[in-house]
Amino acid sequence: MSMTAEHQITAGFMPLFDSAVLVAAGELGFAAQEGIDLKLHRETSWANIRDRIAIGHFHLAHMLGPMPLACNLGLTPLASETIVPFSLGLGGNCVTISNAVWAGMAAHGAEADLDPARAGAALGALIRERAAAGGDPLRFAVVHPHSGHNYELRYWLAACGIDPRQEIEIVIVPPPFMADALAAGRIDGYCVGEPWNSAAVAAGTGHIVTVKARIWRNSPEKVIGVRKAWADENPEALAALLRALHHSARWCQDPANHGELAGVMAQAGFLGLPPTVQMPILTGHLQLGGGAERTIDDFFLPFDKAANFPWKSHALWFYTQMVRWGHVAHTPENLAIARDCYRPDLYRSALKPLGVALPGANSKVEGALQIATAVGATGAGLVLGPDGFFDGQIFDPDEIDAYITGQKFAEI
Amino acid sequence: MVRTALAVLVIDENRIRAAIIEAGLREAGHERVTVIHDVTGIARRIAEIEPDVIVIDLENPNRDMLENMFQLSRAVKRPIAMFVDRSDQASIEAAVDAGVSAYVVDGLRQERVKPILDMAVSRFNAFSRMARELEEVRGELESRKVIDRAKGILMKSRGLSEEAAYTLLRKTAMNQNRKIGDIAQSLVTAAGLLGPAEDE
Repeated sequence: MSMTAEHQITAGFMPLFDSAVLVAAGELGFAAQEGIDLKLHRETSWANIRDRIAIGHFHLAHMLGPMPLACNLGLTPLASETIVPFSLGLGGNCVTISNAVWAGMAAHGAEADLDPARAGAALGALIRERAAAGGDPLRFAVVHPHSGHNYELRYWLAACGIDPRQEIEIVIVPPPFMADALAAGRIDGYCVGEPWNSAAVAAGTGHIVTVKARIWRNSPEKVIGVRKAWADENPEALAALLRALHHSARWCQDPANHGELAGVMAQAGFLGLPPTVQMPILTGHLQLGGGAERTIDDFFLPFDKAANFPWKSHALWFYTQMVRWGHVAHTPENLAIARDCYRPDLYRSALKPLGVALPGANSKVEGALQIATAVGATGAGLVLGPDGFFDGQIFDPDEIDAYITGQKFAEI
Repeated sequence: MVRTALAVLVIDENRIRAAIIEAGLREAGHERVTVIHDVTGIARRIAEIEPDVIVIDLENPNRDMLENMFQLSRAVKRPIAMFVDRSDQASIEAAVDAGVSAYVVDGLRQERVKPILDMAVSRFNAFSRMARELEEVRGELESRKVIDRAKGILMKSRGLSEEAAYTLLRKTAMNQNRKIGDIAQSLVTAAGLLGPAEDE
């Protein structure tokens, strides 16, 4: 322990690549430069992270984007009020399916091009063919019910006319077990972050059919969830940490540092996987299975495109999906809780002294930017988007009621 | 008042610790105890066992899967909630500190469950203590081996008797305020570096 550090901060993380900004902040000195002694604890489940935040073992943690909302909305046991002053990146997930399902989809017109609409149409045709033949529904896995993975998988399927509640089964599997479960035939497909998609492709047991960046480009994924009671009492420590994370994220985005970053994440205490396995998420160049490969624009962004800004519109979109799938009732009280969870004000006030580009608004219309666009911001050079949903839908947080009632298969 | 015996399910990949918990539950008079090490096919097992209380270790990466299953009424006939008594923060902390978590069937009275959780916490702590002690014993054995090698090096290079070699190591350790095992390790390492290359 550094005796000179001004702030002692304890943080939890799951062994996933998108913890990189937090890990690098601790390992590469960004936290120390801000006077923080940052202690990182690897965890084995999101439930453990939630519990340890609730009882105060952790001040903050790497979390699934919807998880702090679920805590504040009372959807999980042992929850404590959690706020989000920083996002750990955009994108990074894929949908991977078994070789058998891929063969079935290919027979219905699927091609190895990651096009969500084409892949969804082929999957829908396969699902109906199986149902007509009396087969069991396909079983897909996600990492947690309150996860970007669950919501984007359901969004994709529903937009392609597949009812994820009736026509497939969705189960929960921990990320490191996904590829094995697929190979063993316990599941037919899954949605998870890297490197657990490339792992199945490398093993010859899976095909990547689409990616988060194609379903909703530049969309939110992991965040820093902070125990609110701690944040209220330690505003300076939190601001110092947000600056450290900002510098870390900028470093992580730079291709010149990708080799070193992959080396840090490869260590046994973090991912414990060879650096080569971590290159696809950093380069966006993925093997899809069967020899096909693709480079995906904006596959995973740890910093660019205001990736660290905790947009309230991101939190509100997660909320609309929680309502859609029956996780929470849409009431004025719940909406207010969802609106207050992400805290762009804290991000902005912590980074203001750095003179960097900061979005002027707290929310944006999601899906409105067709091309990369320079936006009005304090500081210079902030580019956002494109941020389209693959089905052309637009989410305007000011029209949230209409968005919620207009959703297909909504349980409302 | 007649009470039906509680069905307790213990999920723990660590077989020794699971056995310790099971023994504790049986000693406390619980006869309907089931232990599961592998969560494959657990939904079916839970439907068969219909547990009132589920005890699980926090190292288990399947907690998220289990919690999700507990919330789906079609997988488990009765809804299962986490053992939470908001008024009893100390007991929650003790459980997380010990590395254990418990889930109970909705509506089950806290006073029937608390002794089970308390027992699991104390057994988990006892297990951790045992594992730590075992680690220390292992370390001690390891350090004895190193001391023997260091003695051998001193006997050979300086023509000392075994007793004189040991005394020299001990005196050096005392003078430098270090452990004798550390001194021995330094000597073995140095001898390795200085020694003939074919020893590598």
